[in-house]
Amino acid sequence: MLLGRVIGQVVLCVVTPGLEGVPMLLVQPLDKTLKPKGKAIVAADATRMAGPGELVSYEGGREAAMALDPAFVPVDHAILAIVDGVSIT
Amino acid sequence: MILGRVIGEIHGSIKHPFYEGKKLLVIEKTSPTGVATGDYLIAADSVGAGADERVLVLDEGNGARQVFDSKDGPVRAVVVGIIDDIVT
Repeated sequence: MLLGRVIGQVVLCVVTPGLEGVPMLLVQPLDKTLKPKGKAIVAADATRMAGPGELVSYEGGREAAMALDPAFVPVDHAILAIVDGVSIT
Repeated sequence: MILGRVIGEIHGSIKHPFYEGKKLLVIEKTSPTGVATGDYLIAADSVGAGADERVLVLDEGNGARQVFDSKDGPVRAVVVGIIDDIVT
């Protein structure tokens, strides 16, 4: 998993079967010091509770598809947790 | 497998059910000599790794699910070992 910050939401009017009702959020990937790094991506929100500006952790690939219920929804990134705190020693 | 060092931990109350009760460690990727490569990842802990420990990270879903005996858990990175020494 990697850290990201929710910076927006993608509203779809037509979706491929299986993606109905899956919230798509715009996420800015962060580095370990929580500074933006790289291009923003669109991630499905498996927690269905992440709001704008929140720190989240997301996963890519097959695990993203498995995170949504029912599994194997056609997505390549999914938010798995809303991060309350990061403690870097 | 990936060489890394535990540099922290993340906490979150709202998360995918699979991650309930699992420690999520922030791992800094390092070279065999211990030099940080600049990349990091967040891995689920399966060996009780503590801060600053050098660890071995498995970064593949099927293996990760096998570690946690889970059929469909959305997990890909798992700390599977604490490094004692690297002999080159």
